[in-house]
Amino acid sequence: MALLQISEPGQSPAPHEQRLAVGIDLGTTNSLVACVRNGIAVVLNDHEGQGLLPSIVRYFRDGRTAVGREAEREQARDPKNTIVSVKRFMGRGLKDVTHVENSPYDFVDSPGMVQLRTVAGVKSPVEVSAEILKALRSCAEESLFGKAAGDLTGAVITVPAYFDDAQRQATKDAGKLAGLNVLRLLNEPTAAAIAYGLDNAAEGIYAVYDLGGGTFDISILKLSKGVFEVMATNGDAALGGDDFDHRLFCWVVERARLAPLSAEDTRLLLVKSRTAKEFLTAHEEVRISATLGSGEGVDATVTQKEFQEMTRPLVAKTLAPTRKALRDAGLGIAEVKGVVMVGGATRMPHVQQAVAEFFGQTPLNNLDPDKVVALGAAIQANVLAGNRGTGDDWLLLDVIPLSLGIETMGGLVEKVIPRNSTLPVARAQEFTTLRDGQTAMSIHVVQGERELVADCRSLAKFELHGIPPMVAGAARIRVTFQVDADGLLAVSARESTTGVQAAIAVKPSYGLTDAQITQMLKESLDHARDDVQLRVLKEQQVEGERMLEAVENALRDDADLVSPEEQGAVRAELDALRKTLSCTDHRTIKSAIERVNRATEPFAGRRMDRAVKRALAGRKVESL
Amino acid sequence: MNLNENHFQIFGVPARFEIDLEGLETRYHELQREVHPDRFASASQAEQRVSMQLATRVNEAYQTLKSPLRRAGYLLQLHGVDPEFETNTAMPAEFLADQMEKRERLEKAAAASDWERLIALSSELRVEQDSLFARIQRQLEAPDWNEAAATLRQLKFLEKFGEDIGAAEEAMDS
Repeated sequence: MALLQISEPGQSPAPHEQRLAVGIDLGTTNSLVACVRNGIAVVLNDHEGQGLLPSIVRYFRDGRTAVGREAEREQARDPKNTIVSVKRFMGRGLKDVTHVENSPYDFVDSPGMVQLRTVAGVKSPVEVSAEILKALRSCAEESLFGKAAGDLTGAVITVPAYFDDAQRQATKDAGKLAGLNVLRLLNEPTAAAIAYGLDNAAEGIYAVYDLGGGTFDISILKLSKGVFEVMATNGDAALGGDDFDHRLFCWVVERARLAPLSAEDTRLLLVKSRTAKEFLTAHEEVRISATLGSGEGVDATVTQKEFQEMTRPLVAKTLAPTRKALRDAGLGIAEVKGVVMVGGATRMPHVQQAVAEFFGQTPLNNLDPDKVVALGAAIQANVLAGNRGTGDDWLLLDVIPLSLGIETMGGLVEKVIPRNSTLPVARAQEFTTLRDGQTAMSIHVVQGERELVADCRSLAKFELHGIPPMVAGAARIRVTFQVDADGLLAVSARESTTGVQAAIAVKPSYGLTDAQITQMLKESLDHARDDVQLRVLKEQQVEGERMLEAVENALRDDADLVSPEEQGAVRAELDALRKTLSCTDHRTIKSAIERVNRATEPFAGRRMDRAVKRALAGRKVESL
Repeated sequence: MNLNENHFQIFGVPARFEIDLEGLETRYHELQREVHPDRFASASQAEQRVSMQLATRVNEAYQTLKSPLRRAGYLLQLHGVDPEFETNTAMPAEFLADQMEKRERLEKAAAASDWERLIALSSELRVEQDSLFARIQRQLEAPDWNEAAATLRQLKFLEKFGEDIGAAEEAMDS
């Protein structure tokens, strides 16, 4: 890669020396690249004149790849080697992947991130994403430099605002692997706000509702005098247009009473479902017909009303994060001046309607929901590359979407950096030793809002070495957590009493080390195929056993809080659950667990009540 | 701007509780326009590092000064007074009894998924907080550090209650 030329910030070089940087929207369904040319952000088209590149990569036996429309055309014929919606797997373990049962891929559950076995070997989602980025990069270089050799100064790649550290790191790694100088990871709703705000000279509080192919984000921004300040963000990193397709797909399969489908038929019907969903945006009904591999025909008609009914819960799932974001921003609905709609899935009329009802105003649809993110990213890339012209004096202040914490005694999380803190942000925490002469300690960093480590995302385990030996409790190890403008975490540590810098060994729980990135293309790991069904069953059995034990303990500890009748009802459900534990259907166990949950709900409430009163009573006694 | 300055010095405002929030925000934006990492994305690594440190510092100072609770705590800290959040749990009995009663109301409202009662609790809380902020302002300007620390402990208690109302709202949402 060419060395960067550096000029004083704020001074823009002469036009002929302008460094070209691009904005990339690496989407679940489609990806785009855009660039600022002559002061205007434009989407760069490929040689076929297309701006949208389907985010699909097909691997061939000889290691060759096809990206985009070419891969899309053959996806139903070669589903196992044609990877769609890879963004859903970025920075994710197999247990986080939804709809595994309907995915045609040969998943490899490797530590760190799930991988996919193809004819060209085992591929990490980072590698698959890098193929998409490479295609966008050559599209951009061709479009910007033509036959003349040229290098991009850098790229801004967008990520869902609700992406956690592991997903962001994976995206940045993919950029590096594609040979891009990643200037910044930019949150998608923020990118949209830049494009919208600069275009409309908007001032005030705006909400950006971004429902993409696989992710949902809601961001609340304050726009004032050229400052874009994100006040709060929330979302669901596993909810998007894909889920609407999947819901319709399930409906078709149920309706037609189809036997378990082959990978090819599954992909075929998923593609048909997606097309039908898009058609229903502007039509009352659609006919889905297909011929399966067996020769069996599928023919179903679905109305817009039926489709809206079956997907209403998905739309409702976007409103809870929206309420949370407003609450975190300390704002009421009435204070929101406009709602900017982003992402292809916001075209669905019932999504528009739900958002309009929630905010009590018609959402803003005057920007192309597919392109606005890439355009905003291009505008930022241009400024970051040093081409800050007059009128580019705006400032962007974004936040961290999920709290960062560390594991403490008993598997509990202590928050170190709260969600929605403005970036960059740092927090120092002091630790001490437990034993005399202790020279090392380990720190487990997690991300999420829940109280238990097990419910949060494990980001990394750090080992501190080289602590000077002292008596227990004497060492003062100051650990600093720094989150940069990309939302990425770095950790450093120092022993305060002696000033010794402790060495840190980082072991990311998800994401890749630099060495792994280097090795990635050379190696293909060979892991045994994980039997997904068996794993799900095992999980339910463990969950069931945990449940039995917990309820038995509660009944013993707080027996006085349950009436004999209630106790009898709970015990009956417990016995029923115990009987299901040896069965082979995970759903049976799951529903037995749910019945126990329901039967013990009032009891659990009374127990909580008692615990809270105890805690408060303790305080009172002390003060009297 | 220098890293050894205190938050008030960074923002060029007098170190007292009373503050002009609008002016503070304007100054915040001015400072970030100068130091934010986006200004240095094409600069050397060393410059990028310094930019990140300064921008982090400005954010920390702004968040501290913007929040009346944190601003009061910071003033005490500058005067060497430890508010003893962890160790000193002494509170007036009347205050505690009132809090007990409010907590009970919160639990009942949450159990009944009663939005109206939750909102009523929130607005009562705000009134109570405002009166304590007025009190702590008098105490800090007197100055009467120990009295101010006692008020701050109560405010911290109320903040936690506010968080619990938020958690109840969230639970009712899902």
